[in-house]
Amino acid sequence: MNNKVRKRKYSLRQRTIAKIVIALVLLLIMVVSSLLIGPDRLGVNLDLRNQSPSLDFLFGTDWLGRDMLARTLKGLVLSLGVGVLAAFASTCIALLLSLVAAWSSWTDRLVSWLIDLFLSVPHLVTLILISFTVGGGFKGVVIGLSLTHWPSLTRVLRAELLQIKQAEYIQVSKRLGKTRGWIARHHYLPHLMPQLLIGFTLLFPHAILHEAAVTFLGFGLSAEQPAIGVILSESMNYLTTGMWWLAFFPGLSLVCMVALFDLLGQSVRKMIDPYHAMK
Amino acid sequence: MLGAISLLSFILISNSPIDPVRSYIGADMMLVSPEQRQQIAEYWGLNESKTSQFFHWVKAVSQGDLGTSLLYRVPVTDVIAERFLASLALMAVAWGLSGLFGFILGSIAGMKQGSWLDRFIKGYCFILASTPTFWLGLVALMAFSVWLGWFPIGLGSPAGMLAEDVTLFDRLKHLVLPALTLSIVGVANVALHTRQKLVEVLNSDYVRFAKAKGEKGFSLYWRHGLRNISLPAISLQFASFGELFGGAVLAEQVFSYPGLGQAIVQAGLEGDVPLLLGIVLFSALFVFIGNLLADVFYRIIDPRIRAEGNYE
Amino acid sequence: MRINRASHKQEEGTHFRSSRLLEVTDFALSFTTYTGGLKETTEQAIKKLDMTIDTGEIVAVVGASGSGKSLLANAILGMLPANATVSGLIKYKGKALTLQDQVQLRGTEIAMIPQSVNSLDPLMKAGKQVRTMIKGKNKKEKQREIFAAVGLDEKVERNYPFQLSGGMARRVLIAIAMVSSAELIVADEPTPGLDEQALEDSIRPIRLLADQGKGVMFITHDIGTALRLADKIVVFNDGKTIETANVKDFYGKGEALRHPYTKQLWNALPQNGFHTP
Repeated sequence: MNNKVRKRKYSLRQRTIAKIVIALVLLLIMVVSSLLIGPDRLGVNLDLRNQSPSLDFLFGTDWLGRDMLARTLKGLVLSLGVGVLAAFASTCIALLLSLVAAWSSWTDRLVSWLIDLFLSVPHLVTLILISFTVGGGFKGVVIGLSLTHWPSLTRVLRAELLQIKQAEYIQVSKRLGKTRGWIARHHYLPHLMPQLLIGFTLLFPHAILHEAAVTFLGFGLSAEQPAIGVILSESMNYLTTGMWWLAFFPGLSLVCMVALFDLLGQSVRKMIDPYHAMK
Repeated sequence: MLGAISLLSFILISNSPIDPVRSYIGADMMLVSPEQRQQIAEYWGLNESKTSQFFHWVKAVSQGDLGTSLLYRVPVTDVIAERFLASLALMAVAWGLSGLFGFILGSIAGMKQGSWLDRFIKGYCFILASTPTFWLGLVALMAFSVWLGWFPIGLGSPAGMLAEDVTLFDRLKHLVLPALTLSIVGVANVALHTRQKLVEVLNSDYVRFAKAKGEKGFSLYWRHGLRNISLPAISLQFASFGELFGGAVLAEQVFSYPGLGQAIVQAGLEGDVPLLLGIVLFSALFVFIGNLLADVFYRIIDPRIRAEGNYE
Repeated sequence: MRINRASHKQEEGTHFRSSRLLEVTDFALSFTTYTGGLKETTEQAIKKLDMTIDTGEIVAVVGASGSGKSLLANAILGMLPANATVSGLIKYKGKALTLQDQVQLRGTEIAMIPQSVNSLDPLMKAGKQVRTMIKGKNKKEKQREIFAAVGLDEKVERNYPFQLSGGMARRVLIAIAMVSSAELIVADEPTPGLDEQALEDSIRPIRLLADQGKGVMFITHDIGTALRLADKIVVFNDGKTIETANVKDFYGKGEALRHPYTKQLWNALPQNGFHTP
C-alpha cells in the first residue's frame, strides 16, 4: 500500500506557463536582435570571404563576406512575417468557412467538399501551382500558404460548431427568434475563440516550414531577399567545397524557431483546452 | 473530384503571367520572329478562348493524352511514367521504413509513457517535426557524401554513364540518402500518432481490465495494444501519400534525384504547362489511391465494419 | 425468486472451513487535483472504510453513485490513478498487501468483474478472451464448459464484442472471472440496467462462484439486487462505512438495522412502499 504521489516542485500549469514565457522571450530576442543589425553586417566584404565560424562571426561568412548570423536573423524575421500573414489569413478563411458550413446542410456539404478538394492534392504541389499562377514572389507565397493551410483548422471548427448547434442554449435562442447572424456573433464566435487561437499558433510553424520549402525550390521569395530558403538553396552550390556552415546554422536556427512556435502552440492549447491537450 | 481539380488547376495555370511560347523557345527568343511566335501560339490553340482550350485539353486527357512536355519534347505521359518509377522506389522505401520504425518507436514510447525513454522519443519526434526535409537532406549530403564520401552527391545514377551500364547497385547507392532523409522525417509523425493512440488504448476499459486480470508488459501490448493500434496506424499510413509526395519533391530537389518531384519543380520554374498540369493531376490520383487503399484496408480487416458496415 | 441461501449456509461446514480472505481496516483514499488557478487541492474520496470477506461469502458494498465504491475495487487490485494517496490497511489472507503483491495477485488470486462492457477487447473474439485466462491444456473444452455454466450459446465464442448484447457481454465478463483460479472476486457493479431475466442470468453464476468457496465483493448501488444475492451488506455513504448488516436483518420496517441511512435504503425499496421519511 504505497501509492506515493510523485513530488513535483512546480505544478503542471506553472511549468506550462514557464514554457510559454521562455518561448516568447527567445522569439522576442530574435526579432529585436535582427532589428538591431546594421546594414554593414549584411554588406559585401570581400576581405572576409568564406570564413568558418569564429567568435567574430558565429555562423561564419559566405562567399561575398556577408555575416551569416546577420543574414540568418533577417531571414528568420522575414519567415516570421510571412508566417504571421499566412497563418492569420488561413485562420480567417477557416473561420469564415466553418460559419458558412454551420448555415445549412447544403453549405455544410459544400465546405466539406472544398476541404476534400484541397486535401486531395499534396500541399507542396498546390503551392507550386499557386506560385506559378501568381508569378512567385512574396505575394505568391503568402497567397499560396493561406490557401493551403485552412482545411485542417476548418475541420476542427466545423466539428465544434456541429456540436454546439445542438446545444440547448442555441435552440432556445433560435426559438426566441434570433437571426442566424445574431447567433453566430453572440454564441458561435465566443465559443470558437479558444480553438481559433490554438489553431492560429499551431498553423504558424507549418506555414513557416512550407514557406522555406517553396522558397528553397525557387517558387517563393525572390533571390534578393535574405530568406532562409534562399540561403539554403544558395548553399547547395557550395556544398562540395566543404563550407558546411552555410547550410548548417541557418537551417538549425529555422528548426529552433519552428520548434519554439510549436512548443508555444502546444502550451497555449494545454492552458486553454486542457481536456483535449491531455488526450 | 478529379474533374474539379483539373478545372481549378487549369484556371490557375492559364492565368499565369508566364508565357508558354516564350518558355518553349527559351534562350532563342531573340532569334524567333513575331510571326513565328504567332504560328506556334496558333498551333497550340493559344488564341482560342479559355473555355475551348479547356475542353480540348479535357478531351485529350480523357483519351490518355496529356500533351507534350515543352522541356523534354516527349509526351507528358512518358515523362511521368519514367519519373514516377524512380520516385516510387524512393517513396516506397521511405514509406515502409518510416511506417515500421515510427510504429516501433511510438509503441515503445506509449508503453513506457512518462519514462525518460518516452521523453526522449517524444522530444526527438518533436524536433524532427519542426525540421525541414530539405535541410535534413542537405546535412545528410554534407555528412555522408562530402565528408565521409560514402555516398554519391546526387542524381539517380552515376553521371556520364549510359543507362544500360548503370547497375542495380549504383541505383541503390543513389537511393540510400534521399530515402533515408525522407524516412527520418516521416518517422516523427507516425511515432507521435502511434504513441497517442497507444496511450488512448492503454487508458481504455479493456486494457484496464486486462491489467486487472494480471496481464502486463509485452504480452499485454501484444494481445491488446498491437491489435487495436495497428488498424488506425496502417490506414493513416496509406492516407499520408500526400505528405509523402511533398517530401519526395524536396528530397529529390536536394539530391538531384530524377523523380517526379524534380520534374514538377522544373516544369513550374520553366513554364512547362502540359507537364505541370499532368503531374498535378497525377499527384491527385496518387493521393486518391492512397485514401482508397486506406478505406479498403479498413473494410477488409476491421471485423466491425466487415460484419455490418455500420460501426458505432 | 430468492436464491436459497439457507441451504448454502448449512453446507458450509461440510464443504470447506470458512476463513478470512480479505480484511480492510481504516482505509482512506484521497486525490490531488487542480481546482482552477494554480492550487493543488486534496479531495478526500474515501474517509474510513472497514469490511471483511470470508471464503464462500458474498459481501455487497452498497452506496449511492459517486460514493467511492469503485475506487475501493481499484484499490484492492492496486490500480489507482497516479494522483491518489491511500492510507489504512488491506490484508489478504492475513497478510498486508503491498503494491508488488497486488500486481502478483491480479488475475491469479484476485479477479475482477468490471463495470463496463467496454472492458472486452473490441477486436478479440469472445471465446478467445476467455481462453487467454485459462492456464494449462484443453482450453477450448474448459471455455465451452464455462460458457455453458453461465448460459452462453457455443456459437457466442466466435462473436466479437460488438456482436454481443449487453447481457451476453456481462456473462462473458463473469466467465472470465470464473475460469481464473482466483479466490477473491471483486465485482464492480456487474449488473447495471439489466432486465429481470438478464439480471437473474448474471447473478446466478456469481452465486455459483461463492458456492465453490470463493469470496465475492459485490459492489452495487442497488440494494434490492444486493439483498437477493449477498450474505452480508456493507452500507457505504459519504466516504464511510456506516453499517455492516446481515441480510436477515433486513425485514419489516428495518427494526434490526442500526443506522438511519440503512433504514432509509431499505424502506425506499418498491415492496416496502417507497417510504422516504
